[in-house]
Amino acid sequence: MGGNRYIYFAGYVVLQYIVLATAWNVLGGYTGYVNFGTAAFFATGAYSALVLILAFNATLPFQILAGALAAGLLGLGIGYLTLRLRGVFFSIATLALSVVLQTVVSNWEYVGGGKGLSIIRPKPPALFPSHAEYLFVVMVLLAAASVALAWWIEHSWVGRGLAAIRDNEEAAECMGVPTLRLKLFATTLSGCLMGVAGTPFPYYVTLVEPGSVFSLDYAVNSLAMPMIGGTTTWVGPIIGAVLLGTAQQVATVTISSELNLLIVGIVLVAFVMLAPQGIVGLVQRLFRRRGA
Amino acid sequence: MFSLDLLLNAIVAGILIGGFYAAVSLGISVSFGLLDVVNIAHPSFVILGSYTAYAMNRFFGFDPLLTGLLFTPIFYALGVVVYRLYYLGFERKGEESLRGLVFFFGVLFIVEVALLLAYGVDYRMIEAGYVGQSFHIGVVGIAFRLLLPCLVGLMITVALHLFLSKTFYGRAIKAVSQDSQALRLMGVNPVKIKRIAFALSIATASLAGALLILIGPVEPSIGREYIGRVFAIVVLGGMGSISGTLAASVILGVVESLTATFSGPSWAPAVSFGILLVVLAVRPAGLFGR
Repeated sequence: MGGNRYIYFAGYVVLQYIVLATAWNVLGGYTGYVNFGTAAFFATGAYSALVLILAFNATLPFQILAGALAAGLLGLGIGYLTLRLRGVFFSIATLALSVVLQTVVSNWEYVGGGKGLSIIRPKPPALFPSHAEYLFVVMVLLAAASVALAWWIEHSWVGRGLAAIRDNEEAAECMGVPTLRLKLFATTLSGCLMGVAGTPFPYYVTLVEPGSVFSLDYAVNSLAMPMIGGTTTWVGPIIGAVLLGTAQQVATVTISSELNLLIVGIVLVAFVMLAPQGIVGLVQRLFRRRGA
Repeated sequence: MFSLDLLLNAIVAGILIGGFYAAVSLGISVSFGLLDVVNIAHPSFVILGSYTAYAMNRFFGFDPLLTGLLFTPIFYALGVVVYRLYYLGFERKGEESLRGLVFFFGVLFIVEVALLLAYGVDYRMIEAGYVGQSFHIGVVGIAFRLLLPCLVGLMITVALHLFLSKTFYGRAIKAVSQDSQALRLMGVNPVKIKRIAFALSIATASLAGALLILIGPVEPSIGREYIGRVFAIVVLGGMGSISGTLAASVILGVVESLTATFSGPSWAPAVSFGILLVVLAVRPAGLFGR
């Protein structure tokens, strides 16, 4: 059972990254706005959940709803920033947002301030032998829902509109694409999903502290995974999250957690330089060559 | 709790810190402001400079400032290599902006984790006779560990300003940002000019890193705090303006110092990022922008 438990534990992290990578890709891959502030949205979800636990002892579904709402609102706010900030400036602003929020949370004593706060897991709902399985199943559902949303976006007029913004925002505007509404939709949905990924986090770690919740690893991983898998399709972030997420879990156990982060950085740089379309792009090129 | 002494001390400390911020920001001012190369990893090169100063101090007893100066050519060479990779990977294909940004984000991560692996998460500091010393002018105390970085920061600023405005290469660097095609027609290779400018910006990180570890202990992830800070300064100062960078550095230093004195140091990091967000949202051209 011990080894089995670890599978749930590691699987949870990989699934969480499927949600984060898919969420990042809605804004970064489809729309072309690179978000460095994943941690800010993830933390908004996690801390919304924590506040609900502290104040009302709310159950996980309520925490997820609240986290989705709070992070979605934050995403909407970021959406308005896209009116004036494009490209690099938008990215730096999102990174700044993350630091501002971390400072605020570190000074907020109710949620434990900079030292963090331990919470006790309640009894898992009936049917589930332990919390590990419960959280795992919740994450499976969240990952499935995020991927379904991404698939829908890609195959609807929304996705085409977002792609038009990515390729040339001015031209899209001139062609009658409602760019602002679409951007607000993309930032809100992306933020919302990132927040949702963070909501089960307090019960998962039981010690919530700003240093780990706002970790830069989230920002790097959530953009590295789609980049490695491929940013133009819904399947790219999944491939990236499964490959990189699993590799990290294995490396953390067998080597060291620092070294596996180093590998993430190197793989990211290598892919960005050598295979800008990611694994999906590599496979497509292979098939096209076969077909020709 | 408010007192004039406290206020004066906070302002003077802020001005001194501002001089140091200028040393850190000048590199970004050149790479981002003049070349349009968004080197978000610049602060991690500064931290690399700090650890170089630490190692040389620890093992050979070198003065950090001497190390900072001695290692500028090595950092220059490092800058040449990084620019070469950046050019081959992105600029040549004309897709530099966002993928280039991700590239530097990855570089930042690599440098940080490499330092973490080599030195661990502990704070590191250096030993030098003058570090703990200070003197007083009236009620205002001035610490050498702040005064020296400020003076060196000012010297780098003046040197860079003179280089950019008086020398051939300096003027070429300013020109490459405005019209690289025209530069090519003049018989100058814009790529070479950009390489020189970028490498120069990384070379300043060596000295800035030595100054950083003079001011206080460092740890590998401390560079992140400087990302928002330096970009706030460069944007506030107006892209690529050296004097604007200095002015914005001092403003940010004073505002941060006042915040730390009157609201507690744990709020200070939010100040620069908050200013950055406001400036980006309200006046992206910066206070001193053209």
